Amino acid sequence: MQIRLDILRRKSAIDSPYIQSIDFAYEDKGESVATALTKINRSGTVSPISWECSCLQKKCGACAMVIGGVPRLACDAKLCEFEKAGFVRVEPLKKFPVIADLTVDRSAMYDALREIRLWLEKGLAPNEGSLDTAYEASRCLQCGCCLEVCPNFYVGGRFYGMAAGVPMSKLLAQLDKADRQRLAKEYSRHFYAGCGKSLACKSICPAGIETDALMVNSNAAAVFKRLFG
Amino acid sequence: MSRVVIIGAGLSGLTAAVTFAQAGRASLLVSMQPSERAQSVLAEGGINAALDTMGENDTPAEHFADTMRGGVYLADENAVEDLTENAPETVRWLSSLGVPFNMQAGHLIQRNFGGQKKKRTAFAKSSTGKMIMTSLIDEARKYEAAGLIKRYPHHEFIRLLTDGGRCSGALVRDRYTGLCAGIDGVVLLACGGLNGMFPGMTTGTTQNTGDAAAAAFVQGVELSNLEMLQYHPTTVGIPGKRCLVTEAARGEGGRLFIMRGEDRYYFMEDRHPELKNLSPRDVVAREMFFVRRELGGEVYLDMTGLDSEVWKTKLPDLREELISFLALDPKESPIPVREGIHYFMGGIRCDRYHRTSMSGLYAAGECTSLYHGANRLGGNSMLGAVYGGKAAALDILRRFPDSSEGGEIRFEEAAGEFCEPADEGLIMQISGILLKGLGIVRNEQVLDSCIGELDVLSRARQYNAREGARLSLARAMLISAKERRESRGAHYREDFPERNDKLRLEGVVTSSGGQITHRFEELPEGKEENADQA
Ligand SMILES: Cc1cc2nc3c(=O)[nH]c(=O)nc-3n(C[C@H](O)[C@H](O)[C@H](O)COP(=O)(O)OP(=O)(O)OC[C@H]3O[C@@H](n4cnc5c(N)ncnc54)[C@H](O)[C@@H]3O)c2cc1C
Ligand code: SF4
Ligand code: SF4
Ligand code: FES
Repeated sequence: MQIRLDILRRKSAIDSPYIQSIDFAYEDKGESVATALTKINRSGTVSPISWECSCLQKKCGACAMVIGGVPRLACDAKLCEFEKAGFVRVEPLKKFPVIADLTVDRSAMYDALREIRLWLEKGLAPNEGSLDTAYEASRCLQCGCCLEVCPNFYVGGRFYGMAAGVPMSKLLAQLDKADRQRLAKEYSRHFYAGCGKSLACKSICPAGIETDALMVNSNAAAVFKRLFG
Repeated sequence: MSRVVIIGAGLSGLTAAVTFAQAGRASLLVSMQPSERAQSVLAEGGINAALDTMGENDTPAEHFADTMRGGVYLADENAVEDLTENAPETVRWLSSLGVPFNMQAGHLIQRNFGGQKKKRTAFAKSSTGKMIMTSLIDEARKYEAAGLIKRYPHHEFIRLLTDGGRCSGALVRDRYTGLCAGIDGVVLLACGGLNGMFPGMTTGTTQNTGDAAAAAFVQGVELSNLEMLQYHPTTVGIPGKRCLVTEAARGEGGRLFIMRGEDRYYFMEDRHPELKNLSPRDVVAREMFFVRRELGGEVYLDMTGLDSEVWKTKLPDLREELISFLALDPKESPIPVREGIHYFMGGIRCDRYHRTSMSGLYAAGECTSLYHGANRLGGNSMLGAVYGGKAAALDILRRFPDSSEGGEIRFEEAAGEFCEPADEGLIMQISGILLKGLGIVRNEQVLDSCIGELDVLSRARQYNAREGARLSLARAMLISAKERRESRGAHYREDFPERNDKLRLEGVVTSSGGQITHRFEELPEGKEENADQA
């Protein structure tokens, strides 16, 4: 099977972008955009394409990029999905500053979590009641796909998007009422106030995180706290 | 010299950074990519500690005994004793950081895991590593904000800075700008396993290229037990890697079989009646190799007998993964499995305090050869990584108490040794040779021919420093396997199929001026009461 990858490349942030078309032959239905990038780089036929990957099995979020117009993980984007069209466009995530080719600087996501002081001030006693929510929220890959599709998120804004909303929901679920006040305020200000609840983030999340359910929990814990205690 | 530079932000490096910060000491945390991307997030099955929550009278002494037996007595007993004694406290600490370990009636649930006679493995559904990492990252963030942890999260360790044979810091490159900085300080290598020596053939990450250990090796740091590669018996091939089917699948009742004529032959149950499908990994992997050689065809893992509750509460990710990558639902049909390289028991040689052979240099986590001897038990490596990171940090705090700042860190244009990447073609050639020599079943003839091939390759052209280091490390791995003329744990020699207790010795390799030497060293003496168990 044969496919053409149209890759949006640029040498660095200050160089101008261009599309490079590369024909790629593959045999296995399991081969993904990540496989193609690995093999193309290994073949040495084009100058090395800058991109990031680590686990190759949808578990680390490193390889998020825009594929066929949709933000997703390169290791999960099977080439055969694009067989009909015969080509697939591969671009970097657009909401973050580009470093080179498909590599972007996602440090804004980490800065946001530090900004809202997402951590425990003291040790927790294990609590069976919050396990499922804590588990679901801890699965966030910090890949940034949700931010890419979110109509309300931009780097530098006060709304931090679902990539912050999900991790916040872990601690909001685990902390008891007295201890979650500070985080509840941050949640209201940096998430609740800005979220339009369109849930574009839910269908795009490559980890399949139930962002809506987590949001309901967090809203109950942080925003409607007088009602739910 | 008292700044602390940690290379690697997986379980081990993160725990070290948090331990320093708790003591009020600042550290720099250098990693190729952020912690969320480290191999540690892939760990599934769980982490071991004799918490004794299952009413089986489990004790650290039994955890010690199982670990030593699993490693076929090749680990430092003192270190293993530290590890197993401190395991309960380690897991309780993780739990207090908010790790959502599975619970029941107010206590953590522990499950069976290969090579252990008691339920000792705490877990968080099928993503234990990810769950622990998320909580540790939260904890580290607190200290980042306080200025006690400074991250360099897109930075590659290039080589050690040395000063008269001792380590005085690390040369680090910003992968985004290409600029380098020499950072002075005590260095802790927590750079993970040697996956990059076998691209595409391991269950781990592409980030752990092996370059860090290779550079340290040619700079004079001793490595040991490099022949000890753990093949995980149940992996499935997906493009670019081997994908692990966690041992928990067998812990929960999964059974291995191969077709013999018309019938399913449950060979593990037949040939290893005591531990059956949960025998140590090397035993299972080798048995699979032999049974395939005998009967032909593939080995299958049958999980169709597991009940829905188990899939839902204990193995949800595994099922989703298999459906997505193999288009097979393990709830409905058995899946074909093969062995894949999963863990590196060998690595940087260090003592129970995590000091390496080079003064000023420490190592912790999967990059070391410390805790697991000739074979690692499932659930012991996360423990080794977390506890090891902490133990290393505590020793550095004791021995390098001066916390003055260190020189300015300036990133600048710096070409030169080790900066240039290794040629991809060469990496694959070396890996091809290693795979031939270091398979599940080895013999001297094949190893000799592999060493010969590597020699030819080494002389074929000029290599840059990184390529040279990789060639040296590869050679050291093959020599280690050749010199151990016995079978022990993960190392199985067809020509020496028995264990030889005269070789209950650590196989140490050194590199000096391009010369690689191998020697056997006595293991440190353990406490007397442990001696008769060997
Ligand atoms: C699929 C899978 C399942 C597993 N399941 C279990 C389990 O159930 N139980 C268990 O106990 N163990 C399990 N393990 C093993 C365990 O996860 C690892 O041994 C452990 O997490 C290693 O932690 P670490 O901190 O040593 O290394 P890693 O998590 O690998 O981290 C290494 C760090 O070093 C950095 N690094 C590497 N090279 C460089 C360089 N040159 N410059 C800068 N940084 C560098 C990386 O970026 C990374 O941050 C599993 C492993 C795999 C692959
Ligand atoms: S619900 Fe909509 S606005 Fe809110 S985080 Fe998701 S995509 Fe953004
Ligand atoms: S919520 Fe989903 S899409 Fe958003 S960062 Fe986390 S894993 Fe990625
Ligand atoms: S490489 Fe880890 S998610 Fe794709």
